[in-house]
Amino acid sequence: MDEPIIKIEGLYKIFGTNPESVMAMVMDGASKDEILSKTGHAVGLSNINLSIKRGEIFVIMGLSGSGKSTLIRHFNRLIDPTEGKILVDDVDVMGLGQKELEQFRRHRMSMVFQHFGLMPHRTVIENVAYGLMVQGVNKTTRHEKATTWLDAVGLGGYEDQYPSQLSGGQQQRVGLARALCTDADILLMDEAFSALDPLIRSEMQDQLIELQDKLRKTIIFITHDLDEALRLGDKIAILKDGKLSQVGKPEEILLNPADDYVEAFVRDVNRARVLTADVVMKPPVLRLTKENLDDALEQMRGKKHDYGYVFEEDEYRGIITREIIENEIDSPGPNANLCELAEDMATVQPDTSLEEILPTTLGQPYPVPVVGEDGEFHGVVSRKSMISILSDNNGTSDKA
Amino acid sequence: MATESWLTKFPEMERADLVAIRKGLDESYRAFSRTYGDAIESVFNPLLKFLVWFENLLLASPWWLVIAVVVALVYGASRSWKLSLGVIGSFMLIGYFGMWENTMRTMSIITVCTLLSIFMGIPIGIAMARSDKTRAVVTPILDIMQTMPAFVYLIPVVMLLGIGKVPGVIAVVIYAIPPVIRLTNLGIRLVDKEVLEAATAFGANSSQRLWGVQLPLAMPTIMAGINQTIMMALAMVVIASMIGVKGLGQPVLKSITNQYFTMGLFNGLAIVALAIIFDRVSQAYAKRTQRHLGGTQNG
Ligand SMILES: Nc1ncnc2c1ncn2[C@@H]1O[C@H](COP(=O)(O)OP(=O)(O)OP(=O)(O)O)[C@@H](O)[C@H]1O
Ligand SMILES: [Mg+2]
Repeated sequence: MDEPIIKIEGLYKIFGTNPESVMAMVMDGASKDEILSKTGHAVGLSNINLSIKRGEIFVIMGLSGSGKSTLIRHFNRLIDPTEGKILVDDVDVMGLGQKELEQFRRHRMSMVFQHFGLMPHRTVIENVAYGLMVQGVNKTTRHEKATTWLDAVGLGGYEDQYPSQLSGGQQQRVGLARALCTDADILLMDEAFSALDPLIRSEMQDQLIELQDKLRKTIIFITHDLDEALRLGDKIAILKDGKLSQVGKPEEILLNPADDYVEAFVRDVNRARVLTADVVMKPPVLRLTKENLDDALEQMRGKKHDYGYVFEEDEYRGIITREIIENEIDSPGPNANLCELAEDMATVQPDTSLEEILPTTLGQPYPVPVVGEDGEFHGVVSRKSMISILSDNNGTSDKA
Repeated sequence: MATESWLTKFPEMERADLVAIRKGLDESYRAFSRTYGDAIESVFNPLLKFLVWFENLLLASPWWLVIAVVVALVYGASRSWKLSLGVIGSFMLIGYFGMWENTMRTMSIITVCTLLSIFMGIPIGIAMARSDKTRAVVTPILDIMQTMPAFVYLIPVVMLLGIGKVPGVIAVVIYAIPPVIRLTNLGIRLVDKEVLEAATAFGANSSQRLWGVQLPLAMPTIMAGINQTIMMALAMVVIASMIGVKGLGQPVLKSITNQYFTMGLFNGLAIVALAIIFDRVSQAYAKRTQRHLGGTQNG
């Protein structure tokens, strides 16, 4: 599950009449503008190294002209690199002959386009079935399958319309259905939602997430919108002038931007909405595992702490304060057992956004435990760590 | 002395040399046509046979049958009753004014020339769209074909094949084929890049892209080219009649030499009527079959 499905190594793309001739300059680290003015060649991509895991949504982000479209078109070789390796499941895509490349495109990868790329002379169902038609699948079978996918994207009943009769959002659903209809395990999406208005766009994002939960495809998703990247991406790569600035998980990008360019991107992000509990949580200061009350009190004194989290054989049981222990020792009740005394306290789940856990965290006198669905303990979120992460946002912003 | 003479008078080549060049070229071309004329003529024999057969077919069929077939075609292509009625009206008038036979002859040669232009022009246009080198070679040739006065290229054709239908067809095709070629090339090059990319991305090979995407999407432009080709072929009718192509062109030619104004006018109007019919029908057909292509290039 964790081995990379796609690897890109040392990829360069130079546009112009004689790309090889400027490779030396590019290798020497000359800037894009310098090369353009001296040689008339445009550096599209420079030394790209990526490895993409099976089943993840890998987002590539960057400003207009940063080379996103150029990069994604290398995955299925709509563009050939000037230099570099593209490996998909250890198959060298560069080594494929024309026929093999066609087979590869038919069965391994499919693509969704920014302006939909639908064929205006074909009906919706014919568009969705296009990939299968190219493969030579007979009409009944391919239309049956296309109908299923049209239903899956919520466009059942539109089979015999032409693309020009649909709205933008509907057209892109057709584009998505067309891409899914070939059962390729890798999905390339070049600014697939950028041409849609915000409401439709977030609907489409929801739909993609929902489908992805079921389908577990490997998705390469291009966008210039950070919110979209953070919402969809398991990993985000940031591209600037054809070079990778940073590759990492969304929270890594958000919390540790590698350079000013990345920082400019993440500056205005609402962290509370994007970051989740597991990003801010810390291990608790005091884990109480002994049943003995005196031992526990001893530990609290040692750490100068008023409370602790109680565990029974690594299982989280609740929180206990020094006051309770002292009361119990003064006037022992029937069960002088730490686990029995431990009090339940509101918990939060690791993948909940900070925005949602904020009221809980602020409403509790002690750091809130982060507990997964199966009851496993991850850490605690304190008011302090939460506030420091959220206010750091303003600290890095020029506006503050 | 010598300097003065080239300043005042253009330094022409010697008269004798010029004559020698002309003679040499003419002689060798004559020799060429003597040796290969028959062979080349036999190559065009099937075309001639077809031309004669088609013309006879139109002439031998009863007039009402011809009109019925034409109207059926017009209605099939355009689905317009108005246009169909217009066609019936025009043919009735043409027949009433005694131009039926010539009109049939012209229609037959125009049909053949148009079909030839389409079947040769579209593949050439496709080749041009596929490679910039081919385009660089073909474009100047098309320029020459369109600007060279028709009489000039009639000479070698007539020298080679004599006068008659086949040289007429060749002359008309040379004059009329450039628009189909140019607009096929243009149409294919204008196909939305993203749509073509989509086809490639789903693994379409080059013939699947051509037949499934490029030609259908280029069709409106190609149809415009075919339309122009028909118009230009009709415009050549009079010139073609100078080398023995019978039809509406001959009476026009006769009226020029004899100053028969009315006769010229009637036959000219018959040509115009044919032109309008061909034009409207091909346009209505294009519009009807391509109504989904509009407004989808982007969402
Ligand atoms: N065919 C080409 N010929 C020359 N230069 C090109 C070509 N295609 C792309 N480029 C150059 O490569 C760079 C990257 O272009 P690309 O289309 O990949 O950018 P992008 O990140 O997708 O931008 P956008 O967000 O606008 O789609 C551009 O600066 C452009 O100049
Ligand atoms: Mg782009």
